[in-house]
Amino acid sequence: MTDALPLLVVVPLFAALFPVALGYLWNDAGWATAAITAVVHLGLAGVVAQQVLTGGQFSYAVGGFQPPIGIELVADSVTAVLVILISSITILIVGYTRRVGPHQNAFYSELLLLTAGVSGVVITGDLFNLYVFLEITGLATYALVAANRSPAAALASVKYLLVGTIGASLYLLGVGYLYVATGTLNMADLATQLPAVGYDTPLVVTGFILLMTGLAIKTALFPVHTWQPNAYAKSPHSVTAYIAALVSTAAAYAIFRIIYTVFTPSFASVVPLALDVLAWVAAVSIIVGSVLAVVQSDLKRMLAYSSVAQFGLIIAGIAVMNQIALTGSVVHLVGHAVMKAGLFVAVGGLASVAGGQTIDDMIGLGRRAPIVSLGFATLAFALVGVPPAIGFAGKWQIVLGAVSAGHWAVGVVAVVSTMLTLAYFLRVVERLYFRSPSSVDEQTSDMSMNMTTDGGDTLVASSITTTTRIIVTLSAISAIGLGLAASDLITILEPAVEVYF
Amino acid sequence: MTPIELLTSRYSYIVFVALVGIGLYGVINSSNLVKKVIGLNIFQVGIFLFFIASGYVNDAAPPLIEKGTGTGTETAYASPLPHVLILTAIVVGVSLTAVALALIIRVYNAYGSLDEDVIREVQLND
Repeated sequence: MTDALPLLVVVPLFAALFPVALGYLWNDAGWATAAITAVVHLGLAGVVAQQVLTGGQFSYAVGGFQPPIGIELVADSVTAVLVILISSITILIVGYTRRVGPHQNAFYSELLLLTAGVSGVVITGDLFNLYVFLEITGLATYALVAANRSPAAALASVKYLLVGTIGASLYLLGVGYLYVATGTLNMADLATQLPAVGYDTPLVVTGFILLMTGLAIKTALFPVHTWQPNAYAKSPHSVTAYIAALVSTAAAYAIFRIIYTVFTPSFASVVPLALDVLAWVAAVSIIVGSVLAVVQSDLKRMLAYSSVAQFGLIIAGIAVMNQIALTGSVVHLVGHAVMKAGLFVAVGGLASVAGGQTIDDMIGLGRRAPIVSLGFATLAFALVGVPPAIGFAGKWQIVLGAVSAGHWAVGVVAVVSTMLTLAYFLRVVERLYFRSPSSVDEQTSDMSMNMTTDGGDTLVASSITTTTRIIVTLSAISAIGLGLAASDLITILEPAVEVYF
Repeated sequence: MTPIELLTSRYSYIVFVALVGIGLYGVINSSNLVKKVIGLNIFQVGIFLFFIASGYVNDAAPPLIEKGTGTGTETAYASPLPHVLILTAIVVGVSLTAVALALIIRVYNAYGSLDEDVIREVQLND
């Protein structure tokens, strides 16, 4: 039964109709639909994972048209891990939105469209189909960023839309170049046709550059990350948590698929410069992202720049063409999604107590919001890479792989970035626990108490909801749990990764 | 191939490059949000033109099968696949424009301007 695979896209896409359609009859239609769909999605993801674990990679021909003519959906163990990640994050975020909102029914339609989009990106085996899913993801994200009706969020969303669309269009142009070169759009078929055309022909190399530029914009690597900090900082907390966990993840996954499934490591041996440049861009992204994160005063912007750095690390692991580093990248892709979702939910909770989302607003919250603060600190150290958390497992593999592939610079940059990650998280943790609000900072603290949340969700309750506590605790536990189970995760990923080497 | 031959036989690719360039310039250079969206549309149309031109074959017939026979009678057919792809891409482009304009209306209602520089000033004064 391979039918579970297309249903991963079809179910949320179809369900996205109901919140709007039933919203007139029943106010809670949106949340109920989203909750049911998320659970069904997890079930389907479980079925797909089960099939991959027992039978290995399998594919599904959409509409009965056999590939390479028809569109193909492919599931291997990397896909399986990512669809389970998508379903789990969706369930967590839908749970989170129950109390803190946004509460419009249209919001839940957009959320489900986003779920359909990222699921599609993860399972498709066709380049043009990937473009369509990227754009479904993009459209849903633009709408979600502006979900709380604040004009600043709308402006951030327009900027994101302009940059994101240019990225997707460049990707489309790259697909066009490869199509003109080979006459096929199926990823597996392209992998066999491209060597016949010649990896070093200008058409193929330009196609590769266009695909990578487009997807780098979507992943938000430096210097094309400019849309991302505002989009993250101005959107409602629940939306930030969701898009930070999944949207860039889907784009980074697409980079992995295109480099390994379409171009394969033999492209890297013919045109090594292409991958080296990508590794350098990623390394610069790690450094600049981390440094910019250190100087931010807004907590959500800090976490946004942290994402620029972490995705730099992931792409660096992909670009060094080494099995250990690639496994590390996939592990970190999953780990980063879990940790960032938890961190943004925690920020949402802390900001509602503090009345602001700047770092100075966090002073003394360790006492006023102990559970969420502890969760935040745990997740922060997990992302820094303190063992046994998942952040350590991913980074360790990436550094190990980069060094054994001879990319010493990438290894050094990754280690240095860990220090910088520690630097920007320590600023927050120090304020949470080790600074008392009644001392020198009383005035600033009072001032910020009176400030309205800029761009944050104004609908949030003034205290932390129980669901927030549960979600932050859950993601902290899963960050550590995944870290303890990291070797099992690597064993699961191995069959899908080792075929490329 | 001489420049004149290039111009007469490959002009659609030259137009493609020109449209992409004009579009990108519009998005980057204009400070008016609506003009940026127009630039984005021109940019996308350029890419659509590239796909459509790639499906064109000299002296070819439309890819239609004769009724009853199940096969075509012509010797060369234009490739329909890029055209179908672009139908999808046009739909995506239209949805993007719609979302962009909806967001811009909200921005305009809040700030009373479409100009980025003016909006930045309004934001600073708040």
